[in-house]
Amino acid sequence: MGDPVIEIRNLAKVYKMGEVEVHALQGVDLTVEPGELVAIMGPSGSGKSTLMNIVGCLDRPTSGTYRLDGIDVSRLDRDQRAEIRNLKIGFVFQSFNLLARTRAIENVELPMLYSDLGLSTPERARRSREALARVGLAGREDHYPSQLSGGQQQRVAIARALVTDPAIVLADEPTGNLDSRTSEEIMGIFQELNEAGKTVILITHEAEIAEHAKRVVYVRDGKIWRDEKIVQTRAHPASAGESEQVVAFPFKIASPEGAARLELEEVTR
Amino acid sequence: MRIATLRTLNIAKVGLMAIARNKMRSLLTMLGIIIGVACVITMVAVGTGASSSIQATINSLGTNFIMLFPGAQTQGGARMAGDSRITPEDVEAIRNEAPSVAYVSASIREGAQVVASDLNWGTTVYGVDVDWPFIRAWNVADGDYFTDVDVRTAAKVAVLGASVADNLFPAGDAVGSSIRIKNVPFRVVGVLDRKGGNMMGQDQDDQIVAPYTTVMKQLQGRQRIGQVLISARSAALVAQAQNEIDALLRQRHRIGPGQEADFTMRSQEEIASTSAQTSRTLSVLLGSAAAISLLVGGIGIMNIMLVSVTERTREIGIRLAIGAKGRHVLLQFLLEAMALSIVGGAIGVALGMLIPNLVSRFAGMPTEVSTSSVLMAFGFAAAIGIFFGFYPARKASRLDPIDALRYE
Repeated sequence: MGDPVIEIRNLAKVYKMGEVEVHALQGVDLTVEPGELVAIMGPSGSGKSTLMNIVGCLDRPTSGTYRLDGIDVSRLDRDQRAEIRNLKIGFVFQSFNLLARTRAIENVELPMLYSDLGLSTPERARRSREALARVGLAGREDHYPSQLSGGQQQRVAIARALVTDPAIVLADEPTGNLDSRTSEEIMGIFQELNEAGKTVILITHEAEIAEHAKRVVYVRDGKIWRDEKIVQTRAHPASAGESEQVVAFPFKIASPEGAARLELEEVTR
Repeated sequence: MRIATLRTLNIAKVGLMAIARNKMRSLLTMLGIIIGVACVITMVAVGTGASSSIQATINSLGTNFIMLFPGAQTQGGARMAGDSRITPEDVEAIRNEAPSVAYVSASIREGAQVVASDLNWGTTVYGVDVDWPFIRAWNVADGDYFTDVDVRTAAKVAVLGASVADNLFPAGDAVGSSIRIKNVPFRVVGVLDRKGGNMMGQDQDDQIVAPYTTVMKQLQGRQRIGQVLISARSAALVAQAQNEIDALLRQRHRIGPGQEADFTMRSQEEIASTSAQTSRTLSVLLGSAAAISLLVGGIGIMNIMLVSVTERTREIGIRLAIGAKGRHVLLQFLLEAMALSIVGGAIGVALGMLIPNLVSRFAGMPTEVSTSSVLMAFGFAAAIGIFFGFYPARKASRLDPIDALRYE
């Protein structure tokens, strides 16, 4: 496929905690092609969150370059990064982060309120409806988050991430607050999106979740430790309704070390 | 440009929705502004009303009115009655020897209980001269005014104010009847025209006029004149009349030209300007007390907005993460604060128009809602919203999206 959607070169992030310098990331290289479904894994303190913040344009690297969809975003200021987040990135969070006391459709419309697209009110509503339908929530437009289950709330969040048609969908522990059955449903949605061509990046520490990805990147001590492509032995990804089948996956990743022994094809290192 | 306008409208809507979602809190937040604005308007209305009714009363004295008091004028307008006095002879001299003076009447005040058969009434008795009706432009509605002879002979006759007549003679048979003032029997010769309430709602008809000689002799037992009411021949002759009286009294009291006089004169114009100044001071004082409450209301808005920013840190984080810029968040919170103060201001204006009416109706105080005070209070409220909303809004807009998202 064409140009990489994410191109990170020699990225480093240093936090100054008083006198002490903490090297959260050091010399990270990462390339993500369009249409990939990448899981970024790593134990807490590995630099995984820092990487996700930089990939999500919430933070800036100390050094190195980061090109997102062809734009060098590593040196952009606050407002420019906000614009990039608005147009190029769809965020899905662990805790859903929907606005309370705000209807599902209004939550989905939110990114368009701040965009430079200049969409009219009916156009925004149409797009939001479409995005909600895509995650299986047609007919729930007027529900408030408190009236929706956790899985449904996360679907609203995914719809919100999709509504601006971003270059990447960045999901940070998207199933961390959900039970395993609902987690499978949500992962099913991500897989469907990916099948439809969307680039999806998942940050997770759950091996079961990473199993759904086509590629797993392990971060440890601020570096990319492993970058592996998974050979999918399964013909079709599980759809939301067939979550039982997903459990019968041909392999299990218990830990990064264990994963190495499984049917994986090492790409780098 | 169009996009920016559209976006501003959207953000405004977001801010307004936040207010609508927290109705109770919004109302409580606005309460300070509501009370402040209503207070300013009411206070200024009461102040203006009082001053214009005082002004009207003073103006009704007529432009050629002069008042003469015993006692030197001292700084600050305080009078020392001391030993100085104006005698009936002085009054007589003014009448005869000051050519610019048209009418002159001594005036003595005495509070008294008045009894008519089985009814009694507490009122004020004014001892005056025959010129009094001309000076005050106050005619007799029923019966007659007392005569020159009555004054000279200190006859026990009285002319009742309309309210006194109403209270003592409900049947309307006052003229010719007999009353007892401080146990002294008086014959009622007339009833005055009804004048109604005056400044500060005082009933001008609640008084009795009698010859000053009678009041001195029968009710007070001393020869002291409280004040002398004088009418110049015309408004243009007021200054000249004052000069004539000054010269005459200095001569009679043996006071040299450079010495301080033992009497004081005030023309209607002087009284009016002094009282205007007093009531202006009163208005400013009332208005500024109310303005402080408006300021406190503004601080209340800031307080709630700060709480709101902290409470909604997560929400701000979400907005920032999905692409809101700092200025969008600033705008949202600023608009929210402004909307609170403007809506509060509008409710305050509505109350401020209503309360003075109620004050007039139930407390009987004259009020006058001035457009300028309404505009000022409302504008001040809106400005306060911007001023006190800015700090919390800026605080919100400067939040770091990562920290804000993590905030619990």
